[in-house]
Amino acid sequence: MNGTKGRELVCIACPVGCRLRVSQEAGEIRVQGNQCEKGDTYGREELLAPRRVVTATVRLAGSALRRLPVKTHRPLPREHIGALLAEASRLEVQAPVARGQVLLADFLGTGVDLVATRTVPGQTGA
Amino acid sequence: MTSRSYDALVFGGGSAGMAAAARIAAAGFSVAVLERERELGGVLNQCIHSGFGLKVFREDLTGPEYAERFCERLSAAPGVEVYLETTAQEVAPPAPGAEAPLTVFGYSRRHGILQLSARAGVLAMGCRERNRGNVGIPGTRPAGVFTAGFAQRVLNIDGYLPGRRAVIVGSGDIGLIMARRLVWAGAEVPGVVEIQSYPSGLTRNVVQCLNDFGIPLHLSHVVSRILGANRVEGVEVSPLEDGVPRLDKTFRLDCDTVLLSVGLLPDTELAKKLGVALNPETGGPLVDAGLQTSVPGVFACGNLLHVHDLVDFVTEESERCGARVAEFLSGDYEQLQHRVAPGANVRYVVPNRYYPGRENRFYLRALVVKNQARLEVRLGGQLAKQRRLPHVQPSEMVSFTLNPAELAGLPAGADQTLEVSIA
Repeated sequence: MNGTKGRELVCIACPVGCRLRVSQEAGEIRVQGNQCEKGDTYGREELLAPRRVVTATVRLAGSALRRLPVKTHRPLPREHIGALLAEASRLEVQAPVARGQVLLADFLGTGVDLVATRTVPGQTGA
Repeated sequence: MTSRSYDALVFGGGSAGMAAAARIAAAGFSVAVLERERELGGVLNQCIHSGFGLKVFREDLTGPEYAERFCERLSAAPGVEVYLETTAQEVAPPAPGAEAPLTVFGYSRRHGILQLSARAGVLAMGCRERNRGNVGIPGTRPAGVFTAGFAQRVLNIDGYLPGRRAVIVGSGDIGLIMARRLVWAGAEVPGVVEIQSYPSGLTRNVVQCLNDFGIPLHLSHVVSRILGANRVEGVEVSPLEDGVPRLDKTFRLDCDTVLLSVGLLPDTELAKKLGVALNPETGGPLVDAGLQTSVPGVFACGNLLHVHDLVDFVTEESERCGARVAEFLSGDYEQLQHRVAPGANVRYVVPNRYYPGRENRFYLRALVVKNQARLEVRLGGQLAKQRRLPHVQPSEMVSFTLNPAELAGLPAGADQTLEVSIA
């Protein structure tokens, strides 16, 4: 294609779901069809190094709740998702837990943390 | 029996009930919130994925985070009492002229039988999932057939994987989200089967929950049979051609689990007991411009009113509902209203009446899939407002605001009906 790469994408940054046309010509990436700057960022990243926010649950001890919901505080490069999920499946977190508490810091040097997405009070014995 | 009286009762402590209750309390009225579960938050608690709050908080939050922010808001509001693990069961006949005409009977472990009275009520019970009986899938009746939201609860709250290999029937958002969730939890998803020619969930969810994992989406296909004796062993899938399943082109997908994501219906049991008139298109109550139902003083919001795509819209609608309840309780509820009717290509519009003299916010669903569409609002046959809609489809809700200035100078017609259509 004479050094021109073009892709049709649907932006996943928000529910509007803009239909993007991302093209690369002579090293220059162009994003069209986006209604905001999030779409520009998404289009570029998706072409070069796709990332996703990963959510899961981990084992929880010391609470009537069985699972603690967690997320990556920023989108993680897609190639590391499997490793993160494997690591999360081995985690056990002790209550009490604060929302936003870091459970895994700077995963594989990506600068992405795994954090708790809810508050779990300690058991009061009541 | 415990007997208590409030200015308002809110039925349901999910996103709709919490937003409405906080708004009513902010106006200085006493509110009781009745919640069936052990915690506030409703379905948000099991929606551990992100994508919530982009409109309300301008942040990308998970369901539990979104719920917790509203729990905090509610616990900081004076005059709010929350009854957890409490079910509202029966409604006392309305007593005209009574100071608190709305009386319900409920029960909970902590309070026993409860009698709660109020001057106003908010129906915010959300919705339920359609199930196998609603869609009538032939075959055997093995274990392993679940609704997608139930499976989501089992996995995310209770911590059990509902199956190792799941076919998803229907492409509603919960089904799409569960496809990704199952793969990330170590299960396989050999396919999603959708009867319509377009996905019924948000496009972004097709992209990030199916395409990312190479999960096939079989549009215009039906599950023609569920196979298996004790546990599901597979499903037969047939393409639809001109609306007819081509059984000669049937193929089999092996699986041990079938998840149904085939639509949601407002949970209107209590609404019916109250005698509230329902809208056959939404399954929820008919409401006036202030979201008041056909029973005076009883209001409705959230997924009980009509099923929303996004919690942000539920919050927005429910806060407005709470503000109108406060006006009702203050005795200055705006009565000047006229009818709203769905026009061409519109399945429904909520609310069903509008204020000619103040700002109105509408939600609607299209009947068609169309690019470069146009929203048209007419009064007395003349265009009051139009807006470009780059893409419409039934699964993506459209919302708009209408101001009195936009109606100025238009012929009102005999009954001042506002018509909302898509061209």
